[in-house]
Amino acid sequence: MLRPAPDSRLHRALGSEHFAGWAFTLPAVVLIVIFGIMPIVWSAIMSFQANDLTSPPTWVGLANYRALLHDPMFAASVRHTILYTVLFVPISVSGALLVAWALNRKLRGVRFYRLAVFVPVVTSTVATGIIFLWLLDPVFGLVNFFLDKLGLPQQGFLQNPDQALFCIVAMTVWGWLGFDVIIYLAALQGVPQELMEAAEIDGAGKWSSFRNVVLPFLRPATLFLVVWSTISALQLFDEIWVTTRGGPLGSTTVVVVYLYQQAFTNFAGGYGAAIAYVLFLAILVVTIVQLKIGGRRIYGES
Amino acid sequence: MEAGSFLSIDHPLDLESVPDKPPRHWPFSPWHLFLIPLAAMMLLPLVWSLITSLETPAEAQRFPPVLIPKSLQFSNYPAAWHSLPFGHFFLNSFLYSAATVAGNLIFCSLAAYAFARLRFFGSNLLFVLLLVTLMVPFQVIIIPMFLIVRKLGLIDNVGGLIVPNLCGVFGIFLLRQFFLSLPVQLEEAARIDGASRLTIFFKIVLPLSLPVLATLAIIQFMWSWNDFLWPLIIISTPEHAPLQLGLSMFQGAHMTQWNLLMAGTVMSQIPMLAVFLIAQRWFVQSIAYTGIKQ
Repeated sequence: MLRPAPDSRLHRALGSEHFAGWAFTLPAVVLIVIFGIMPIVWSAIMSFQANDLTSPPTWVGLANYRALLHDPMFAASVRHTILYTVLFVPISVSGALLVAWALNRKLRGVRFYRLAVFVPVVTSTVATGIIFLWLLDPVFGLVNFFLDKLGLPQQGFLQNPDQALFCIVAMTVWGWLGFDVIIYLAALQGVPQELMEAAEIDGAGKWSSFRNVVLPFLRPATLFLVVWSTISALQLFDEIWVTTRGGPLGSTTVVVVYLYQQAFTNFAGGYGAAIAYVLFLAILVVTIVQLKIGGRRIYGES
Repeated sequence: MEAGSFLSIDHPLDLESVPDKPPRHWPFSPWHLFLIPLAAMMLLPLVWSLITSLETPAEAQRFPPVLIPKSLQFSNYPAAWHSLPFGHFFLNSFLYSAATVAGNLIFCSLAAYAFARLRFFGSNLLFVLLLVTLMVPFQVIIIPMFLIVRKLGLIDNVGGLIVPNLCGVFGIFLLRQFFLSLPVQLEEAARIDGASRLTIFFKIVLPLSLPVLATLAIIQFMWSWNDFLWPLIIISTPEHAPLQLGLSMFQGAHMTQWNLLMAGTVMSQIPMLAVFLIAQRWFVQSIAYTGIKQ
């Protein structure tokens, strides 16, 4: 019978940390190389190609990026994305802070209130879109009914190019608020009790003790939420695709919607890849700037 | 990206604990004046979709809207169920979620253990490489992903949903951080007793890691169950669509039949909502611990 002696080379190699390390990581590495690293590199190469996703691609150098600079549709999608992001991020994060502050106390029914705030978190983006499409329906919608009751004029909402993007903001704040509240509630539980009480006692110093004492404790959570919400806002797609598909009159065409249309409707794969890399770069820069500013605030003042 | 600093898994977010408040002069807390309208606004969209789903077509298509239907049209639900293959949608979503949860638990934990405990050739470089992929948004890789999955012959196939999502870098990081926090003495003692690395991994490390494994499972389940963009790109046949894509196909087919559309929407949200209501504490803690929604 052939069995390696306990001190044979093969046996030692098989028992080594090198072998074990690679054996443990191999399945993950194979999957991540194929579906993570390879597409990143491929996408970069593709952005220098004319690629219709079927016939062999041709090298076009910087032509895709140059075309992007002069594409008014792309410029509009960038404007829409920026407008959406600068509305969504402050509204959702500061709104969540207020709600978390209200929910972090002994109150009759606080468990119900928390549940009401958390439930939209598990509602899918597609369902959110369909439900808001119905709520905001210009003809039969419930919101127009309320406006009517208040004696206010009927609105077009998602069918009005001047209002659609704001409706998307409202819809996504509804869907995301609970997530932000959970993070803030967790952070609030880390604030020492005495400090919380100081900010709760009625009187002139209430606001300033909240701002100067409690808020610094919440800065890591705030920084995380601002960075994370910005990244998600720049990648917005689902809610728009379900409700407006980028319309009316292109008023809700954000960058990822434009990317999808270019790559999978017009089959301009190279152009789509160039849009994707510009988006990647923008996200990277914005995140680094936010972390730099936020990090200084957290660690610089102590 | 993780937010582990806000909460550790040893000191989970306590939903019951609320700070004591100083005595008040009001008969009731003024916070109710803020929280009641807030709760109404958060619940209204869901309640209204439920009401519409039980109305007749005539009731749903009226202005002013019928706030309380005369009789409850439960028949809208079977009608919606049969108008598109909802059974397939649920089955596909279940397969997609179950397979990706299982895949991530197995592959991520194996790799995470190696990165936490073993020093092997190229481990640092490999780890940095993974870190880079974590920063790249999904949209950047979506076009080549489509081509790769097409090359594998998995377009319009549930396999095309599952295979690329079997092992996420996020899971490796999450579990590695946790494994690093475990006391190494237990494993060393087992090693001296002659246990193999696999035995140590399965018999000692994994049983100690159940909370973080549950967290990864919940996050991955939510992500797969609610995924829309990737199925939209690779699936075209209704029979192969998971739930969210199926729901949007259903929307396309019944644009103005709001009562049916709402029945389908409510139906599609019930499983996730039920799981959430049963395991609310776990969901909330998982989100707080990882800081991840999608």
